Amino acid sequence: MIKLIDENGLRLDGRRFDELRPVKIEVGVIKNANGSAYIEHGKNKIVAAVYGPREVHPKHLLIPDRAIVRCRYHMSPFSTEERKPPQPTRREIEISLVLRRAMECVLFLEEYPRSIIDVYVEVLQSDGGSRCASITAISAALADSGISMKDLIVGCASGKADGQIILDLSDIEDKEGEGDMPVAYMPNLDKITLLQFDGIFSEEEFKKALDLAIMGNKKIYEVLRKALMEKYFKTEEK
Amino acid sequence: MSFKRSSIIENLRKTQMLDLLSKQKRLDGRALNEYRPITIRLNPIQKANGSAEVSIGDTKVIAGVKVETGEPFPDTPQQGLLIVNAEFLPLSSAMIEPGPPDEDSIEVSRVVDRGIRESQMLNLKELVIEPGKLVYCVFVDIDILNIDGNLFDAAFIAAVLSIATAKYDKKIVNEGKEEITKTPLPLRLIPVSVTSITIGDNILLDPTEEEDSVHDSRMTITFDEEGHLCAGQKGGSVGLSVEQLFKIVDLSKPKAEEIRALIKKVISNAYP
Repeated sequence: MIKLIDENGLRLDGRRFDELRPVKIEVGVIKNANGSAYIEHGKNKIVAAVYGPREVHPKHLLIPDRAIVRCRYHMSPFSTEERKPPQPTRREIEISLVLRRAMECVLFLEEYPRSIIDVYVEVLQSDGGSRCASITAISAALADSGISMKDLIVGCASGKADGQIILDLSDIEDKEGEGDMPVAYMPNLDKITLLQFDGIFSEEEFKKALDLAIMGNKKIYEVLRKALMEKYFKTEEK
Repeated sequence: MSFKRSSIIENLRKTQMLDLLSKQKRLDGRALNEYRPITIRLNPIQKANGSAEVSIGDTKVIAGVKVETGEPFPDTPQQGLLIVNAEFLPLSSAMIEPGPPDEDSIEVSRVVDRGIRESQMLNLKELVIEPGKLVYCVFVDIDILNIDGNLFDAAFIAAVLSIATAKYDKKIVNEGKEEITKTPLPLRLIPVSVTSITIGDNILLDPTEEEDSVHDSRMTITFDEEGHLCAGQKGGSVGLSVEQLFKIVDLSKPKAEEIRALIKKVISNAYP
């Protein structure tokens, strides 16, 4: 067993239980896309791009009174310790699904009938909490594309290591710890759009972990807001 | 599973359902926290090491366990393997077509897998023959036979029952002689999952397909025997507030105990 928290309450990377890893967001990194964003969250390096709303192909997917969303979460073969074969795994297909649902919560899909919004997420380097970092990047890319949104979404996980509830798990804390709870959150509407957990949580720990994740999400929201302001504020000046 | 339907009809159904829900009623007359009858058939498949057919209302699934030997994963050389796979058979609904597993069946597989794994239902460390080289592999395959909502819980109960009643050929070397004994899998506890959906402010347990097709959000929570939460998965395309989520936990927990009592009764009746 690896000790994840030392006697001073510090984690392997020197953080306290409620500290985030550094988060950096850049908006508008893929010129061809309608909207795009790049995020570094800990060692995660993820790029997200939005194409659309555009015409639906194949046609049978079309819904007459709203847009459909298609999402592909993919990890590059070099993004992990051991090479990940490029074909999508069950894990990637499931994450694509939960990410799609999370963004369906935030979009005004009825404003774009008969169209499709394609969202592509590429994990260039992975660390713990890549689906959370992905949703933050997606939300930045969607905002950048100008599609009508009810709010922004941010993602951050909490979990349990050495019996303690901690925020924003790194790779090793995710693997060696006792629980992981990715949460995506709409800060202004105060609603959860993505929630998964595994591990062993008492009811009290569950509530504590959820509160902590939401607190972390509120901090990431400030970083996201700033990144969006930076791009659009500069454009206005020109 | 919410299949693609005309969203106009979907919206009409939703209005009708909301009307009923405002009087705390459901289309089939159940209370909001009431499950449909659960029926169980143990070991219908003699060629499997363990199997169970489970119906919740009109939803029907069958799970079979096969135990084989193989190489362990490189990162867990001291553990046997647990592999869960669910398949939506094309005969289960007019909406399902043959083909490779789609995202819905992958989600069922992974949610059931996490519930069993994270609750530590099986002591995988006892399934090692030669560390790093040879271990027992527990394959849990779930066939969805008829779809009428709440596949998660039906699949989970079927998987748990087929694992709990499975017997495998354990090789023991005794004084240089190899003996094979039929041995139950190293069971630690019986986990239970409870699935609910929200429609507006209402929380409904055990949704039918019709209810499921208009849900706002869906939540599946797995509990171990001490009432700990071991796995969870949110579905649906509408956000969930923290209060709603806690209400779902409060409603699900006693229901998990009821279902666990049923599962244990079935097992002890079959193997007194």
